[in-house]
Amino acid sequence: MNIPILSSLILLPTIGAIFIFFSRSKNEKYNSSKYVALFITIANFFLSIYLWLIFDQSTSDFQFVETREWIPGFINYKVGVDGISILFIILTTFITPICVISVNKTIKSRLKDFLISILLLETLMIGVFCSLDLVIFYLFFEGGLIPMFLIIGIWGGERRVYSAFKFFLFTLLGSVLMLIAIISIYWLTGTTDVEKLYEIGIDAKYQNLLWLAFFSSFAVKTPMWPVHTWLPDAHVEAPTAGSVILAAILLKMAGYGFIRFSIGLFPIGSEYFVPLVYILSLIAIIYTSLVALMQEDMKKLIAYSSVAHMGFVTLGIFTLTQQGLEGGIFQMVSHGLVSAALFLCVGVVYERMHTRLIKDYGGLVSIMPKYAIVFMIFALGSLSLPGTSGFIGEFLILMGAFKKNFLVATVASIGVILGAAYILWLYKRVIFGKVKNQEVTKMLDLNKHEILILWSLAVPIIFFGFYPEPLINTMEVSINNLIDMYNTNLSNNIVMSK
Amino acid sequence: MNIDFNLILPEIFLSLSIMSLLMIGVFKKNSSNLVFNLSILTLFILAALILNLSSLNKILIFNSSYVIDDVANFMKILTAISAIFVLSISTDFLKSLKIYQIEYPILILCSILGMMVMISSNDLIVFYIGLELQSLALYVLAAFNRDNVLSSESGLKYFVLSALSSGLLLYGCSLIYGFTGSTNFNEIANNTNQVPYGLTFGIVFILVGLAFKISAVPFHMWAPDVYQGSPTSVTLFFALVPKIAATCVFIRFLYVPFVNMIEQWQMIIIFISIASMIFGAVAAIGQKNLKRLIAYSSIGHMGYSLAGIATGSSEGAQSSIIYITIYVIMNLALFCCLFMLKRNNAYFENIEDLSGLSKNHPILSLSLLVILFSLAGIPPLAGFFAKFYIFMAVIEQSMFFLAIIGLLSTVVAAFYYLRIIKIIYFDPSKEKYDSNHSLRLRISLIVSTIFLVFYFTYPNSLLGIISKINII
Repeated sequence: MNIPILSSLILLPTIGAIFIFFSRSKNEKYNSSKYVALFITIANFFLSIYLWLIFDQSTSDFQFVETREWIPGFINYKVGVDGISILFIILTTFITPICVISVNKTIKSRLKDFLISILLLETLMIGVFCSLDLVIFYLFFEGGLIPMFLIIGIWGGERRVYSAFKFFLFTLLGSVLMLIAIISIYWLTGTTDVEKLYEIGIDAKYQNLLWLAFFSSFAVKTPMWPVHTWLPDAHVEAPTAGSVILAAILLKMAGYGFIRFSIGLFPIGSEYFVPLVYILSLIAIIYTSLVALMQEDMKKLIAYSSVAHMGFVTLGIFTLTQQGLEGGIFQMVSHGLVSAALFLCVGVVYERMHTRLIKDYGGLVSIMPKYAIVFMIFALGSLSLPGTSGFIGEFLILMGAFKKNFLVATVASIGVILGAAYILWLYKRVIFGKVKNQEVTKMLDLNKHEILILWSLAVPIIFFGFYPEPLINTMEVSINNLIDMYNTNLSNNIVMSK
Repeated sequence: MNIDFNLILPEIFLSLSIMSLLMIGVFKKNSSNLVFNLSILTLFILAALILNLSSLNKILIFNSSYVIDDVANFMKILTAISAIFVLSISTDFLKSLKIYQIEYPILILCSILGMMVMISSNDLIVFYIGLELQSLALYVLAAFNRDNVLSSESGLKYFVLSALSSGLLLYGCSLIYGFTGSTNFNEIANNTNQVPYGLTFGIVFILVGLAFKISAVPFHMWAPDVYQGSPTSVTLFFALVPKIAATCVFIRFLYVPFVNMIEQWQMIIIFISIASMIFGAVAAIGQKNLKRLIAYSSIGHMGYSLAGIATGSSEGAQSSIIYITIYVIMNLALFCCLFMLKRNNAYFENIEDLSGLSKNHPILSLSLLVILFSLAGIPPLAGFFAKFYIFMAVIEQSMFFLAIIGLLSTVVAAFYYLRIIKIIYFDPSKEKYDSNHSLRLRISLIVSTIFLVFYFTYPNSLLGIISKINII
């Protein structure tokens, strides 16, 4: 069987985008473009599910590898998936159609351009998760800046220009150092092929610097404290669909990058900088949770909660234990679903009231009971109640952390409590209490579209909360292999240095 | 002495065409259109003639004062092709300014002839003759819109400063002749085994002169004024074509006569390169006029192209050639857009005039979006690859300082490109511009934009040709 399934996954959204670009629909609503986009993204989702079904879980090798000569003798276009990246691909293809459905009302002008941006972004995001060459990875990773810049800048809120610039320049600044590191790796080893680099390894004396260069890029993107400040701005100003993609997928690129490149390529560097990551993650967890408590804007609150949750992810990844890594990945998938859902929930009420301030709401439970129910599920998912996918992730991360460092794990556990505090307080102020604002009484409950979108996110959150096996099984072998590789590399280095 | 005149057939053909075009223009009335079209045809034939030579190996003629090799052929073809585009897209502009005259294409052809000589020179005197032939034509072109104060001013300014730099360059040449006893590049290279101070001075003077020609910091002062003051079509020519020849001359000087003195010139080039990158990025931020902004951005771009040369490796020189090629295409596309900002026979060149362009002109704005992101060096557009090859070469020589400064200044530069995009896409829209552009203009814009977008699918298209070029 020789169908290039990964390349089709990558290319399909672009083809859709080109099609929409050239199609001229006469009515202003661009209904046809919307259906094309929906069709393409759903087809892509089923394709990725098919990929998951035929994916061989018993091996840690890269599968469905495609190699094509790109720049002869220098760089090959190489894509492939293992148990880690396939989960992110499915997350991407799952979230994108939801975004496309959700644009129905939120995007008033230039719907066509918006759909093109979303589709191109999907191409780039899938490309990031399956590229097996550093240069190709960089192309996809950076290319995503362009559509996201436009999404925030054109369809965003009042301070959209400031936020778009901040997003773009922060991320670019982080990434250029990674580019230097990638080129240096090429001159050190003669290849940028990730599989080959795993085999030959990188000279120990350069690893710390290279690790830092990659870290600068991923830390901005994750985002880690203290370079997280672009995220609340970008989230608040982006349109709902933009926030969803940003929170659910773009942030995960960095987490994925930590696993695939920082740990995979620079084990010695990773080991050396573990304390740094611990400290930054803990600050992110505690500090941003406290900041989130004090927010008056719902979107900003969720944005800060994203920083805190990603703090858990980086903590889990750099415990470098099997539980920690599995938890980190699980948490990323779960956070992808939960944060997407929370942003959509905010979008639902924002459309009706055109305000995101918490104090303008209150007492929604009697007016919008259906909304109150789904919001409850997502709030509980966010505070990682047992039975939701968030619990599995955070539990595994804390398990991994306790294995390595008791103090770190204890501090992180406080973060869990804070996480519960801000999200429940938000829920209480918005949903319960008395109706303070008379405008609220005129609000309509969820319509069919919204029910479809929100429940399609709620189902996997609960499902994976009770039955995490499919995800864990998929990634287990790859993670074992990664940790084995990591440990052998470390012990080899210790032997060599003696 | 047995000379194969076939080898300089392109130059001979060009000189004869210039003379006959001049005759046609003088003796036939209202012949502007004819002369324009014939000049474009001349350039096509010129490119074909050079292409015909490109299969040959390196050949030295005229007592080895003139060289024909891969670098020269590639750069000459690039010069000719970009001149074709320049001429064909500027006709409408010249007509509306009422300066659609026969002298215009003829002056351009003269300066092209000068560039051909510069590119192929292997001798200080031949080089200087080419340089002056080129510059004299450029002075007149800058002041071509003679009823306009700004244009006359820019012509004069360019003349005075350029004459000064030519003087310095000539002084450098004479110092080098004095210390090595020859004006031939290869002879100079053989006689520079020990380096007296005088020779170093000579190099410095020559580099100053050359840096002036490509408007690299700190010899950039003329560029913003001249770019802004000259008619836009002349600015387009300034921004593209002389840079190709000057880059080639830079490579030729540093890799042939001064090849043994890399310790002397490397620090100078690195300094010029870093200063240009930083200055170009920072100074462009506050600009309001698009042409002035392009001037600053081209200063920055020259910094990157010099960074490749600064490595002293042949990969570095190749990466500079790639950079200049992609730079030419990006700027060509940008100027096409500039020519499209026209309403009631008046052209607009302020950044504010782009406000909300995307509402009324979606295709034009999309092209601008691509061009500006490409200029900023964002993947996967062609501009990224230009920078990528440069930094490949720079890091190969372990010049991390240069690489880090260069990449950080791309972030600063990204800011002002983003600012234009913001004005196009995020700001409220203004009146519509004309949309009845000539076919030539449209085709040039579409071809160059498509190149910028799709270059990543087949990067070997350019790299394959250039990596075969033998630099030395």
